[in-house]
Amino acid sequence: MLSLFVFAPAGAALVLLLWRGLPDRVVRWAWVGVSAAEIAAVAALWIRYTTDGGAGIAYEVNRAWIPGAGAGYHLGVDGLSLPLLALTTVVFCACAVYSLRHGERARQFAALFLALETTCLGLFSALDLIIFFVFFDLSIVGMYAVIAGWGHGAQAARSALKFFLYTFVGSLALLVGFIGLFLAAAPHTFDMVALTRQNPLAGSGATGALVLLAIAVGLAIKTPTFPFHTWLPPAHTDAPAAGSAVLAAVLLKMGAYGFVRIAMPMLPEQWRHYAIVAVVVGVLSALYGALAALGQTSFKRMIAYTSVNHMGYIVLAVGAAGMISGGDAPARAVAVTGAVTGAVTQMVSHGLLTGALFLLAGVLLDRGGTYEMGAYGGLAADTPRFATLTAVAAFGSLGLPAFSGFIAEFQIFTGSFATVPVGAGLALPGILITAALFLWALHRLFLGPSKHALSSAADAGGAEIAAIAPLLALSVLIGIFPRLLLDIIEPAARTVVELVAR
Amino acid sequence: MTAMLWLLFAVPGAVGGSLALGGRRTGRVAPAVALVTAAVVSGLAVAVAVGRPAVTVAFVAGGTFGIAVDGLAAPVVVAVAAVALLVLTFAVGDVHDGRARFAGLMLLFVAAVLLTATAATLPALLLGWEIMGATSYALIAFRWRDGERVAAGTTAFLTTRLGDLGLYLAAGAALTAGPGLSLDRLAELSAPWRHVVAAGVLAAAFGKAAQLPFSFWLSKAMLGPSPVSALLHSAAMVAMGGYLLLRLHPLLAATGWAATTAAWTGALTAVVLGVVAIGQSDLKQLLAASTAAQLGFVILGAATTGVAGGTAHLIGHAATKALLFLAAGAWLTALGTRQMEALRGAGRRYRLVGATFAVGAVGLAGVPPLALWATKDEVLAAARQQSLSLYIVALLGAVLSAGYAGKALGLLLRPLPAGRDSGYDTEEQGTRRVNRWQEAPLVALAAGAAGLELLALPPVGDAFARLTGTPGGPAPTTSEMVLSGALAAVVLVAAVVLAPRLPEPAWARGWLGLATAADRAVVRPVLGLARMVARFDDEVLDRVVTSLAPAGRRTATALAHFDDDVLDRAGTSLARIGRRTAAGVARFDDADVDGIVTRVAAGVRRLGDSARRPQTGQLHQYYAQAVVALAAAVLLLILTR
Repeated sequence: MLSLFVFAPAGAALVLLLWRGLPDRVVRWAWVGVSAAEIAAVAALWIRYTTDGGAGIAYEVNRAWIPGAGAGYHLGVDGLSLPLLALTTVVFCACAVYSLRHGERARQFAALFLALETTCLGLFSALDLIIFFVFFDLSIVGMYAVIAGWGHGAQAARSALKFFLYTFVGSLALLVGFIGLFLAAAPHTFDMVALTRQNPLAGSGATGALVLLAIAVGLAIKTPTFPFHTWLPPAHTDAPAAGSAVLAAVLLKMGAYGFVRIAMPMLPEQWRHYAIVAVVVGVLSALYGALAALGQTSFKRMIAYTSVNHMGYIVLAVGAAGMISGGDAPARAVAVTGAVTGAVTQMVSHGLLTGALFLLAGVLLDRGGTYEMGAYGGLAADTPRFATLTAVAAFGSLGLPAFSGFIAEFQIFTGSFATVPVGAGLALPGILITAALFLWALHRLFLGPSKHALSSAADAGGAEIAAIAPLLALSVLIGIFPRLLLDIIEPAARTVVELVAR
Repeated sequence: MTAMLWLLFAVPGAVGGSLALGGRRTGRVAPAVALVTAAVVSGLAVAVAVGRPAVTVAFVAGGTFGIAVDGLAAPVVVAVAAVALLVLTFAVGDVHDGRARFAGLMLLFVAAVLLTATAATLPALLLGWEIMGATSYALIAFRWRDGERVAAGTTAFLTTRLGDLGLYLAAGAALTAGPGLSLDRLAELSAPWRHVVAAGVLAAAFGKAAQLPFSFWLSKAMLGPSPVSALLHSAAMVAMGGYLLLRLHPLLAATGWAATTAAWTGALTAVVLGVVAIGQSDLKQLLAASTAAQLGFVILGAATTGVAGGTAHLIGHAATKALLFLAAGAWLTALGTRQMEALRGAGRRYRLVGATFAVGAVGLAGVPPLALWATKDEVLAAARQQSLSLYIVALLGAVLSAGYAGKALGLLLRPLPAGRDSGYDTEEQGTRRVNRWQEAPLVALAAGAAGLELLALPPVGDAFARLTGTPGGPAPTTSEMVLSGALAAVVLVAAVVLAPRLPEPAWARGWLGLATAADRAVVRPVLGLARMVARFDDEVLDRVVTSLAPAGRRTATALAHFDDDVLDRAGTSLARIGRRTAAGVARFDDADVDGIVTRVAAGVRRLGDSARRPQTGQLHQYYAQAVVALAAAVLLLILTR
């Protein structure tokens, strides 16, 4: 059942690729249909998971694949992966709906995105490092094709190559780390569950540190954290809107997810030992990303840098969780569990809100021809629906309560405070800077005197609203009823903290 | 009953949200919907004030979402709901553009305030607290065509959010300390964390209540519509800053230094902003400065034993100041100006507005028997119990409030000079009319401003103190009350007489340059830093990474050269040496040794050639090689283990 859920989009992609005569309209709607079915499937998985107790790994598939290399076809779902699987289906469906009106070469585009959806779903349900790695690399290839094939601007090919090389080097580092884990395990295996149970590099000294370094660098590039983030702004600037949305909303999460799924549980001793590095990198990313975003004049580049900021909070939280030790007071364990819960919540929240913002940036480019905020002003009068959606997304993204971002950031800050009060305190101004940059962006685009030549015909259309509004609505839903999400995440986060503290 | 508590903010929140998002189509019905909603909210507020429900639900890890109506929240909730209803009534006759957006945002704001007032845990408090700030941004920037108003909204939100960071810190410290995030348990926290919590709470409260040094945002916020000022900058948002400290009085008392800091900040704000208020030429600016000053008394009460007095003052001030802001708004709409010099005699032109404004101004001055006289005296008595110097400073603040109230009153109630119209319509085109929607709330608020002193006078006052759960504050002596009342009356009369001649120095009109200072000390450096970081990112960090590619290519080329020039030559010379050696050996031996050496030499040359082949200068091929090398490294790792 889980395999079907993971590979159905790829199957649909194959059909679309082979069926050349299919009219564009049918292709677009078929894409929407398949991605909507995926949402329904994830909803079914979610409901059954919660009614079955809502903890541990469910829907497990474990078959021999390359037994000689210790790699199995092992998939499964738990409280860390289920939210991200749900996010993936929702964001991809939003992109499908958005693309009802946008994009050329619809057949290839839809096929590519459907294939990309499979790689994302596969990665988040992987319980084997080789499976994880394969999907990790395939997602890079897929996104390279999206940027190179559908990117706009003269630099698209260059940005795509940069993205590819940078993240691919990261994936190689990751592979080296995986092999290090494989070799340390007895018997040799790539199975994530077994590796987590074994803690193979306990007491291994420098080897363990090097393996963690390889894995952490690989994940940090993908996340991305300072100073490995420079592939992100050009990739986003030149990618098509749907590509940016998927890149930011889903692909970046692969890095962050790797920390809680691989680095922390499989290398607990090393993680605790070097957690302070993650804290420092997290704080730096949060502040650096916020400041760099504040200094942008392009709307899309600005959003790209806020991703660095938001991902920085996640790294801070997982670092703070590593600062715990077995003999700590229970209050601290509760607090860092909150931090890890917040980190996972942030992955979902950032996916929803930044996905929406990138789609909105696409609308802006489509109508006005530029991302430069100085070229607009006073848009609220002519494109009220677009202005409202953007304003809501911006307030969500700056961490306003009643949106998912607050639930995430509140838990990250309060939870991290327990182990690294100074780090949490230093990262805190990030939310003030984010507030400032979003308010100024709203001012420059939508308010004040009118400086553009757009009419009300440029307002967001039905398909665009149908794509973006649900993302924002989900963010509000999580913001007001966080238990819907946290009840799933918390048990898994507690497990991660226990694994790290062992 | 708990359902009513949920509805108390769910109703305005949901209705407000739909109106705000509903677009222009709902504009026609929006005022009516808003009024009905506000009326329902008022009913719910009274119901929960009587029923006192409390409810806690799971929210985030380690922090529950708790809301409760206790004795302190009950009167405040009712006051907020009532003022909101009256202000929305006024707005029916005053706000004609973007009515759906206005009504929606106001209701959202009311929901946030009611949540703030009933919050029993930090997550619930932050939820209401920050939404309050965000909606205030949208309301101050309501007429968004004007970039200056938008900037004013931004300033308000960012300044108050700067303080709000304190609440995040406080939540972190409270969670770390252990007992949870309940507001009523913050005072019990262990030592280092309790101080962090107190500091964070003070920052948040000072920011919202526009105390020093955060006061400047309130000045800019006056660019918002008058009904917004009447609700946000009198009864609700600013007042919530004071309310938070009233609620957390035990925490302030437990830390000691926090209580002292709060007391002195409140007292000094009352004095400094009192002076600033007297120096204003703009009516709304005068009222704004006086709001900050009056909230100083509330905070003074919260920091001393005058919690009941502070609460009564908060409520009395809400009615009084909402009345004054609405009156100023009525004149602004009718005459198109906020300048008091231009508004000279406006009170006689629109008599009902003038009469109610007079009630408010006399009340604000602290003249008996109106509300703020008695409530303020209760706070002053508590301050005196604390320290004499605190009392004297606060009393000075009280005298100043009579001064600025008198100045406004004196100018607005003077006889209408001839040729007065020349000063009108400087801000907007006046309608020259004050309608019934505007007048009705003024009357109701005037009644409140006149009657609410009962909250601070026996026997109602004692009951009120018991209600708020804070009896035990010292009652002011009769002589104190007579003294303060007489002082207020004398100063008021003097100010009324001297009103046109009171100085308006630039430093006072500019609110002591606080905004400029914040701009120079914080905003500009941060913006400069941001631009620097953005440039650094593009020009340094990115270039380092991209230069790795050419560097790689250069390394490859260098290697290729090395290969050609050194290795190959070495190979060749090796071959030559080999050949020579072989020839030498051959002299001794005719056997096949020569042939073997020649073959070795040729092999070496071939190796040299093949080592040169990968150096193609093409990036992707180097890349493939890197993969192979990495694989080899892994193999090495496997073998050497």
